[in-house]
Amino acid sequence: MEVPTIVGAGLIVIGVGIGIGRIGGSAMDAIARQPEATGKIQTAMLIAAALIEGIGFAALFVG
Amino acid sequence: MRITPFTKAFFIGFLSISGIFFAQEVEHNIDAAHDSSKDAKKKEIKADIDHHIQDSYSFTFFSDSETGKHYGFSLPVILWDDGLHIFSSSKFHHGETVAESNGNYYKIYHNKVYKTDAKGTISYDEEHHPTNAKPLDFSITKNVVMMFVTGLLMFLLFAGLAKSFKKGPIATGAGRFFEPIVLYIRDDIAKPNIGPKYKKFMPYLLTVFFFIWFLNLFGLTPLGVNVTGNIAVTFALALITFVITQFSGNKNYWKHIFWMPGVPVPMKFILAPIELLGVFIKPFALMIRLYANIMAGHVVLMSIIALVFLVQNWIGSGLSLVLAFFLSIIELLVAALQAYIFTLLSALYFGFAVEEHDHEEAH
Amino acid sequence: MEKLINDFSFGLFFWQILLFVLLMLLLRKYAWKPILQAVNEREEGIKNALAAAEEAKKEMQNVTADSEKLLKEARAEREEMLKEARELKEKIIADSKEQAKIEGDKMIKQAQATIESEKKAAVADIKNQVANLSVEIAEKVIKEQLGNKDKQLKLVEDMLGDIKLN
Repeated sequence: MEVPTIVGAGLIVIGVGIGIGRIGGSAMDAIARQPEATGKIQTAMLIAAALIEGIGFAALFVG
Repeated sequence: MRITPFTKAFFIGFLSISGIFFAQEVEHNIDAAHDSSKDAKKKEIKADIDHHIQDSYSFTFFSDSETGKHYGFSLPVILWDDGLHIFSSSKFHHGETVAESNGNYYKIYHNKVYKTDAKGTISYDEEHHPTNAKPLDFSITKNVVMMFVTGLLMFLLFAGLAKSFKKGPIATGAGRFFEPIVLYIRDDIAKPNIGPKYKKFMPYLLTVFFFIWFLNLFGLTPLGVNVTGNIAVTFALALITFVITQFSGNKNYWKHIFWMPGVPVPMKFILAPIELLGVFIKPFALMIRLYANIMAGHVVLMSIIALVFLVQNWIGSGLSLVLAFFLSIIELLVAALQAYIFTLLSALYFGFAVEEHDHEEAH
Repeated sequence: MEKLINDFSFGLFFWQILLFVLLMLLLRKYAWKPILQAVNEREEGIKNALAAAEEAKKEMQNVTADSEKLLKEARAEREEMLKEARELKEKIIADSKEQAKIEGDKMIKQAQATIESEKKAAVADIKNQVANLSVEIAEKVIKEQLGNKDKQLKLVEDMLGDIKLN
């Protein structure tokens, strides 16, 4: 059962990567559209990214 | 954070010094293995990195593996084993000998103290785990020393900042650098995320931010410590956030967890365990995030620096050095970012706990 | 996960909690409270100073507006006064002209009357003198003529002849 857990961890990392990438990209779009709201967007982006990252870590360490 | 010329100079100076010393530390250990095969070298590098990221009973700056000499100082070992046992870690001779205290014998195995007989025999089970008894260990380890140093530094810095405000409304000295950060935490972390009751949480948020940030930065210095990359430390910090959150939680908060308003009754039965699980997952993620980020940063940075000595040709070593330099800059950013995220998420959780509005129309 | 639990050191955890809570309490008392208080006070001070500056600016504006108004009024008043003076001047000039004319006319009239009366007097005087002279002449002539009878008769006859003619 060693291989499936590693594969699962890999899948999780891919998912988290895609998720955080999307958040970052969307934040960039938002900043480009509304540069005056940069601070708020960055904070929201970091919170969202941190939450996803948290799930990633949790799954990674449990698995 | 505003980047002033002073900050820039500070960071660049800090970086270059830490880079140089890091390199020296690794070099010492690797030079000795010059003639041995690459495998041996790799093993040695791995051991070195392991040693670096782990806590230690003595404060070693660097070791000379050729002569077996360690440069540093010993720290007190405090054990509770049917009575208090306090002795210097020099008795262990870096884990090579058995230490005797009040008729009991102790030995370090894999960075943990075990009770042994006078010869220091350690028995193993079939999975090669030691079966010897483990005394309760309250030793002042390397990480504890760094925590004390950081605490002292913070106290001096911020008590000084407070004192400089007595003379006039504008801070003087080092406080001029830290005052905007204090204000940033208040205005951009506490106020928007907690709301009007933010004042109660300010001491914790400020302390935790600077504590993590300073320890992260110490981790990048040649002192070779890895405090915030230690699970016990991040567990303690996350536990404090958890405890504060639960104790400041109002009726609204608990209602939101166990009987979420605005959703159909069957859904409430499904949501309640999920929400309850979330209460524990949040600080757990907080703990793992800080630990994993700092740990990973240290391992990667040390590996890249080790690569300089492993490759041993101009192009490879040069590239590794450049890479290590940029990685150091990223690690500096990560040091601040992780402190920021820990503080921000703590503030967010406190905000959930003290929120006071009708959820009826909000959902 | 197993590695994490294996890595967990209770001693470190204990020291961390102890130290952190102690540090937090100490810093709260000696650093965070005074710092945040000082910063708050400073911000209040800045706010107040700004408000005061705004107030002063408004006051200043009011004062400027007031003085502007006063100046305008004074200017208008001056204009008025100048206008009045000009009018007065013109009126005085016109009046005096009129007066002078009337006076002159009067004087001329008086002079004319005087001349007339003088003339009359003079004419009367001349008339008297002429009458006296004529009487004297006539006397003398009569005296001379009436010395002989003939002549007297002739005269009478002449006069009678004249009357007839009338």
